[in-house]
Amino acid sequence: MDKIKIENLDLFYGEFQALKNINMKLKENMITAFIGPSGCGKSTLLKSLNRMNDLIEGCRISGKVLLDNEDIYGSIDVNMLRKRVGMVFQKPNPFPMSIYDNIAYGPRTHGIKSKSKLDDIVERSLRAGAIWDEVKDSLNKNALQLSGGQQQRICIARALAVNPEVLLMDEPTSALDPISTLKIEELIQELKKEYTIVIVTHNMQQATRVSDKTAFFLLGEVIEYTDTEKLFSTPKDKRTEDYITGRFG
Amino acid sequence: MNKLSRIIRYLIILSAFITFATLLFVVGYILVRGIPYIKPSLFALEYTTENVSLLPAIVGTIIMIVLALLISAPLGIFTGFYLVEYARRDNKLVEIIRITAETLSGIPSIVYGLFGLLFFVTALSWGFSLIAGAFTLAIMILPLIMRSTEEALLSVPDMLREASFGLGAGKLRTIFRVVLPTAMPGILAGIILSIGRIVGETAALIYTAGTVAQIPANLFDSGRTLAIHMYALSREGLYTNQAYATAVVLLVVVIGINALSTSISKRLTKGNLDG
Repeated sequence: MDKIKIENLDLFYGEFQALKNINMKLKENMITAFIGPSGCGKSTLLKSLNRMNDLIEGCRISGKVLLDNEDIYGSIDVNMLRKRVGMVFQKPNPFPMSIYDNIAYGPRTHGIKSKSKLDDIVERSLRAGAIWDEVKDSLNKNALQLSGGQQQRICIARALAVNPEVLLMDEPTSALDPISTLKIEELIQELKKEYTIVIVTHNMQQATRVSDKTAFFLLGEVIEYTDTEKLFSTPKDKRTEDYITGRFG
Repeated sequence: MNKLSRIIRYLIILSAFITFATLLFVVGYILVRGIPYIKPSLFALEYTTENVSLLPAIVGTIIMIVLALLISAPLGIFTGFYLVEYARRDNKLVEIIRITAETLSGIPSIVYGLFGLLFFVTALSWGFSLIAGAFTLAIMILPLIMRSTEEALLSVPDMLREASFGLGAGKLRTIFRVVLPTAMPGILAGIILSIGRIVGETAALIYTAGTVAQIPANLFDSGRTLAIHMYALSREGLYTNQAYATAVVLLVVVIGINALSTSISKRLTKGNLDG
């Protein structure tokens, strides 16, 4: 089933057109990877899936993004949209609060006050984020005191705590060491069972390791979008081939 | 080269020493001259020309701090929030507010005093009163609070705001739960500086709050702060020793206020870190 449908999407930053006529379908419970050289629009497209680009001044959009067949640029409540479509950022960005409060921030935002419910959500989310065992004895510790890899898993757990349907990940391992990266990749595989995941990555090996489908972007356009295996073994477009064989980018 | 670096090293150490020694000398001198004249009669409830009590001035100082901050802190803090969180970055008004604030903070305090005298005391006919003084001081410290709030908010990384919005939190929640706690130490630093200016101000107050040396009955009474009390005592020339004693008390009050604000700010940030 198609979780997200992107139809004729154009996006402008002021005069500059960052995305050109994007059409794409993202399947439920699948991991889709966006690859391409810097500035090709992959992160921009990711951000337009939960309207984080609303925060950027001078950003204009035309076309449609349908989440379960509902246009997210229509009359939808943006805060509810972002609850359904969560996001993990490039740099770990935990709040300067305790681990517990970081995880509980989202649920509290959406009106959950009961201590026992929050305790439950915090534990479940930290387990889902594969970090529970490392922090269960220090939930009151400031999240900023953790290592970068742990912080990023806290951020993933925080995103999971509001029970999203889709998880957007913007180069989630680019600031991390290889071991933390591996942990996060395993985690992403695990999360696929319950969530639809879109991941932007600079690392082509990562795309082959974690994703089911891959889209290759160049200068604001989708050049090729197909099964990951196919894209990397038998690319149809010359530009895709040049990119994945390392001739540019 | 090695010689030069050694000379510069000595110069730097010398500068630090001179700075420290100056401070130590001033404080020490005041303490030595003032402490012997601190007597119980100096803290009498009623001021007379016999006891030249400074208790009314302490009361006046506290009232002045509280009033001026009550008026100015909310205004300044909210203006800072407007500039950083609400106004568009290319907004002309923001630039104008910034220039205005900068200009206001460069004006000598006696000019504020004159304005207060003409406007609050005379035009609004509040007379020489605590309230006229507090409003004058509030205008004076407004740019300080506004700018320090603005700086503090600007130093909160955008990625924290993004994280909050990304979880479906609205603007108000993001500002109050994430941005404000993170910026709190910076905002408090501005308020502490403002308190310093209120406590040290004389020129603007002589024109507006007057110099009556009794505990005021209400806000429309005239009253003096410790700094004005000191000025009055030393100007008359009869109570130089008591002026020094007052200076000691003023020092203690300032140190006390600083310690209090630091501990409040520590507790706030710690609360922010732990829970």
